[in-house]
Amino acid sequence: MLPGAARHGYEPDVPGEFTLSTAAIAVPILAEGEDDGGFHAPGIEEFFPDAIFGSTELGSFFGFDRIMLVRLVVVAVLLLLLWLATRRASLIPSRGQSIVELGVGFVRDQIAEQILGKERARPYLAMLTTIFFTVLAMNLAGIVPFLNIAGTSRIGLPLVLALWVFIVYLSAGVRKHGLGKYLKAQLFPPGVPWPAYVLITPIEALQVFVLRPATLTIRLVANMMAGHLMLVLCFAATHFLLLEGGGLIKLTGLLAFAGGLFITLFEVFIALLQAYIFTLLSAIYVNFALEEEH
Amino acid sequence: MITASETPNPLLPAGYDIIWSLVVTVIIAFFFFRYLLPKLNAILDERAAKIEGGLQLAEQAKAEAAESKAEVERELVAARKEAAGIREEATADGGQIVAEAKRKAQAEATRIAESAQRQIEAERQSAVVSLRSEVGELATELASRIVGESLADDARQSRVIDRFLAELDSTVDSPVGAGAQSSASSTASSQSEA
Repeated sequence: MLPGAARHGYEPDVPGEFTLSTAAIAVPILAEGEDDGGFHAPGIEEFFPDAIFGSTELGSFFGFDRIMLVRLVVVAVLLLLLWLATRRASLIPSRGQSIVELGVGFVRDQIAEQILGKERARPYLAMLTTIFFTVLAMNLAGIVPFLNIAGTSRIGLPLVLALWVFIVYLSAGVRKHGLGKYLKAQLFPPGVPWPAYVLITPIEALQVFVLRPATLTIRLVANMMAGHLMLVLCFAATHFLLLEGGGLIKLTGLLAFAGGLFITLFEVFIALLQAYIFTLLSAIYVNFALEEEH
Repeated sequence: MITASETPNPLLPAGYDIIWSLVVTVIIAFFFFRYLLPKLNAILDERAAKIEGGLQLAEQAKAEAAESKAEVERELVAARKEAAGIREEATADGGQIVAEAKRKAQAEATRIAESAQRQIEAERQSAVVSLRSEVGELATELASRIVGESLADDARQSRVIDRFLAELDSTVDSPVGAGAQSSASSTASSQSEA
C-alpha cells in the first residue's frame, strides 16, 4: 500500500499533498506496529538520517549524513572499478575493459547516436556517459549490502544532474539558433494560428523551463524512494514475522522474505531502467533544442 | 505545515544535499571527461584504424594476388603462343628439310642418271670406234672371200673401205642399235653391190 502510494503519489504538480498523505498513512501504521511490539514501518524519515556532522536542516549548507556518505563511497568504488578496468587499456580488451566499453558503447550507440545522430551527438557524449554511469552506480547502491540506500533517493543528486542537462540543452539551443530564434521556436511553434499562442506559449514555457528538468529529477528520486521503501517494508516484515510471529505466522515471514528477494532483483532492473531513461530523455531534450523546427 | 516540519518534504532539496551532489557529480564528471573517455576513445579509434588498416591490407593482398594470377596467366598464354610458333616453325622447317632432301636426292639421281648416260655414250662411242675397224676388216675379209682375189689390192681395198665407213658414219648419227644394225646390213649390201 505504502510503496504503491509513493510511486503514484509523486505528481510534479502536487508535492505538498503527497507529503501530507504519506505522512497520514505512515503514522497509523507506525503506531499500530509499535503496539504490536517493535514493527518498524518505513517512512520518509528513512531518507533523512541523522547528521554525522554539521546540521541537516533544510537551509543548512554544511551537513553530512549517511546518504552523503553512501554517495562518496559509490563514487570511490565506481571510479576505482573503472580505473582498474581501464588502467592497462589496450587494443585487445581485458574482461573489465570489455564491460566498460560495453557500457560506454551502449550510451553512445543506443542512446546518443540513436537520438542525436552521429555528428550531433559528439559534443554531448561525455555528459550523457557521465550521467548514465553516475545514475546507474547511485541507483545500484540501493541494493548493495551495508550501503542499502540509493544515492539518488535524495533529491539533490537527481536535481543537480537535471540542472546540468537543463543548462546544456538551453545553451545548445541558444548557441545553435541564437537567443531570439531559439525562444521563438520553442515558445511560438510555427504552423499554429496566432490565437492559439495564448494557450500554447505558457505551456511550452513551462515545459522548457520547468517541467523537463523537474520531471527528470522527480521521476528518478521517486522511483528510488519507492524501491527503497518496498525493500525496507519487505525485510522489516520478514524480521518482525519471523521473530515475533507465533506458529504458522512465521511461514508468512518466508513469504515476505521471498517478496524482498524479488524486489531486490526488481530494483536491479529499475536501476538500469532509470539510468537509461534519464540519459535517454537528456539526449531527447538536447535534440529538441537542436532541432530546426518542431 | 506542521506535518512537513516533522517529516521532511522529500522534494525540497537541502543545501548540503545540493553541495554534496555537486561534489559527487563534479568528481565523476572530471574522471569521465579527463581520464576515462579520452582513454577509451583513443583505444576505440586506434582499434578502428587497425581494423580498417587490416581490411585495407587484405584488400591490397587480394589485389596483388589477382595481379600475380593475371601475370601468370599472361605468361602462360605467351608461352603457349610461343610453343605454337615453335611447333609451326618446326613443321615448316621439317617440310623444307624434306623438300631439300627430296630436291637433293632428285639432283643426285639426275646426276647419276646423266653420268650413266654419259658412260653409256662413251662406251657406245668406243664400241662404234672399235666396230668401225673390226666391221671394216670383217667386211673386207668377207667381201674378199666373196669376190676373191680381185680385191686384195690395197689401194682399191682402202677406197672401198673408206666409202663404206663414210656410209657407216652417216648411219652412226642415227639411233645406235638400229643404225648399227642397218649400217651393218647396208655395208653388207653395199659390199655385195660392189
